[in-house]
Amino acid sequence: MDFHFDDERPIYIQLVEHLELYIVTGHFPPGERLPSVRDLASIAKVNPNTMQRALTELEDKRLIITERTNGKFVTDDQEFLRKQQQQFAREKIQKFLSEMQELGISRTEIIEYLQSLKRKD
Amino acid sequence: MSTPLLEYRNVSKSYGDKLILDNINLKLPHGKIIGLLGRNGAGKSTLIKLTNDLLAPTSGEIFVNGETVGAHSKEIIAYLPERTYLDKQLTVEQTIKFFAEFYRNFDTAKAKKLVKELNLDPSQKVSKMSKGMQEKLQLILVMSRNAELYILDEPLGGVDPATRDYILDTILSNFSEGASVIISTHLIADIERILDEVIFIDEGKIFLTGDADKLRKEHNTSIDKIFRQTFKANVNTNN
Repeated sequence: MDFHFDDERPIYIQLVEHLELYIVTGHFPPGERLPSVRDLASIAKVNPNTMQRALTELEDKRLIITERTNGKFVTDDQEFLRKQQQQFAREKIQKFLSEMQELGISRTEIIEYLQSLKRKD
Repeated sequence: MSTPLLEYRNVSKSYGDKLILDNINLKLPHGKIIGLLGRNGAGKSTLIKLTNDLLAPTSGEIFVNGETVGAHSKEIIAYLPERTYLDKQLTVEQTIKFFAEFYRNFDTAKAKKLVKELNLDPSQKVSKMSKGMQEKLQLILVMSRNAELYILDEPLGGVDPATRDYILDTILSNFSEGASVIISTHLIADIERILDEVIFIDEGKIFLTGDADKLRKEHNTSIDKIFRQTFKANVNTNN
């Protein structure tokens, strides 16, 4: 698991992004118990307070659940996780499309590019 | 609100005519890593020496856990001075033993564990150690105390990037629950990632305090750049 940060953006927001990705891609599998805040902070090399803040945000987003005595778990709602994954995919495609637009490339051209790439595979 | 861990009320310090600290007012909470950030000569070390009762303020008061700073606050505060204070004739092991006898809240097992983790040789004499190794040892001695407030004055002065990462790691994983750490430095980019809060100090005055991530969000840039911009503005108003 790799965490890298850009000092120009809030660290906890970047942590949330990293952890969301690790959850929807199954690095932290559905229903699995997460390491302690301190251990997670040590893995990511961040301040435990910053990690706590990120985990609270993930809880608000319903990606993780706190069980009062047992610690924090990844949600076991697979349907919800799949929807999150699709949401990420949409966001990335949206970003890609606007970058292509900036380059002056039309949607038709993009599709042509994608098809030509596919043929080469 | 609960009693602040550390509070400065109208604290000023001058040497003769020279005002080093100008009416400092601050309240620092428990459980945070706080960056005391300023250029060389800004007043950081003076502020830290006042907090450790090594200097007395010219006016104003400093409180640790609600009590005026004094000999008793040395139990609560673990202080890493900028300059080395180790007895060079002792080995690493002997130094640890000396500290364990000196401080009631010293955790020998923790110190030994850290010596191992940071790859120091317990039987080596301090005089035979490189500067970076001596800095690691000093940090181990400070972080092995079960203190409520750790004050580290320029802990990264003159260490290579690998040692710097070790030092930051050691700070992060060893500050005890509920304790706070004040890191004083002019090398902001090296430490800003681990800070909860920042205090900008220049020419003896506090310029800005706040939550590090909130400041990044508001200014849309790093603490290092905010510091440079603030300082530049300060220079301009002085002209």
